[in-house]
Amino acid sequence: MRPGEPLILWDWTFNHVPDIWQRVLEHLELTAIAISVGFVLAFVLSLGIRQMPGLYAPVTWVAGVLYTIPSLALFALLIPFTGLSILTAEIGLVGYTLLILVRNIVGGLRSVPPDVREAAVGMGYSNWQVLWRIELPLAMVIIIAGLRVALVTTIGLVTVTGLIGQGGLGFLILQGIQQFFATPLIIGAVLSIVLAVLLDGLLVLVQRQVTPWSRPA
Amino acid sequence: MSFLLQVAAWLADPAHWSGSDGIPNRIAEHLLLSGVTTLAAVLIALPLGVLFGHSGRGGFLAINVANLGRALPSLALLALMLPITLNLKLGLGFWPTFFALVPLGIPPVLTNSYVAVREVDRDVVEAARGMGLKERQVLRMVELPIAAPLIIAGVRNAAVAIVATATLGALVAGGGLGRYIVDGLARQEYPRLFVGALLVALLSIAVEVAFGAFERLAVSSGLRSEREPTDPRVTLQERPR
Repeated sequence: MRPGEPLILWDWTFNHVPDIWQRVLEHLELTAIAISVGFVLAFVLSLGIRQMPGLYAPVTWVAGVLYTIPSLALFALLIPFTGLSILTAEIGLVGYTLLILVRNIVGGLRSVPPDVREAAVGMGYSNWQVLWRIELPLAMVIIIAGLRVALVTTIGLVTVTGLIGQGGLGFLILQGIQQFFATPLIIGAVLSIVLAVLLDGLLVLVQRQVTPWSRPA
Repeated sequence: MSFLLQVAAWLADPAHWSGSDGIPNRIAEHLLLSGVTTLAAVLIALPLGVLFGHSGRGGFLAINVANLGRALPSLALLALMLPITLNLKLGLGFWPTFFALVPLGIPPVLTNSYVAVREVDRDVVEAARGMGLKERQVLRMVELPIAAPLIIAGVRNAAVAIVATATLGALVAGGGLGRYIVDGLARQEYPRLFVGALLVALLSIAVEVAFGAFERLAVSSGLRSEREPTDPRVTLQERPR
């Protein structure tokens, strides 16, 4: 970006490998917290919706409004209250996973054919046994599809938390923008995309292991 | 509570309502950038999607572009555009943001218009052909009206995504409401930050609502009971920004 400077300075890159690695780990940590907290919350909400289907509309409405708010704006709205902290970042990141996860967990549970459920009830399964042994295994394909979307979007959003002092690879991107220095900018951007693609692939493998029946013949 | 009073005081200051850094001008900048970008994305993606859907070809491409679009973080895209536009001497601000936002708008429009046209009942299309309609007429008089709700939903997703992400343009010296957020952060002037964030959030929701209203006007009343699209490829590809 400075005239005459190559886009990637390899010297700088090799000297900063530990820094970059540190940012990758930070990125993974922020993502892991967001996805696990988001999943637990969404799972509890979905079980509630399973018992009381009337909850679905209000829950998805609230999650949907949250989802429409741009990430930078949501973080900015929280800063006056929770500061430039990891908590601010995670509230936003978790909030964004909810709509995707609730919709897919509920959709997955509802995709179980009523015949199958009735057969289980007829065989003497209790409500919870039907859930754990019948509905959840059958819903797994759709639930993991939701997890994939949540994971990929979260990895992208983590870069934005760089603006509130978190950010993982987003830190490198912002450093590049602020210093007009292409190398960290490109490394941060490319690595965050690579991370998203790799972890998405990993989940596809997990899904094939857990739901062998869904593999294409 | 005192913080909200500061916000109210900031809003009440007439200096924040005029000039190039005033709220009306920032909203206008934001809408101009988002409008031009959405238009460009629609002009690229809509004809392709409709053509793919009508011919039944290119479905693989249409679906995978959407999946790829989801994997590209918006900030990373913006960052990658910056060296390119600087090398092309297009400068900071508008153009890097424009080029970063167009790729975000293409996937929802492309996928939705493809799926929408593809899912039109083949019997209806065959009947139209049997009645002697030409291909062009089949497209214009049968497929497009039936596909309209999903297509508009795709444009809506693109527009909301673009309005939301245009905020990031302030990072590369662009205008728009993101300016308040970035400057508010830099100066630790939290009322400015808060007002900027609030306005962006409201603008995104307003765009969403406006498209909902437009959809009710544009869609044939015979199709109005149309349920949520069931195709998971369509329902899943919107994402937060």
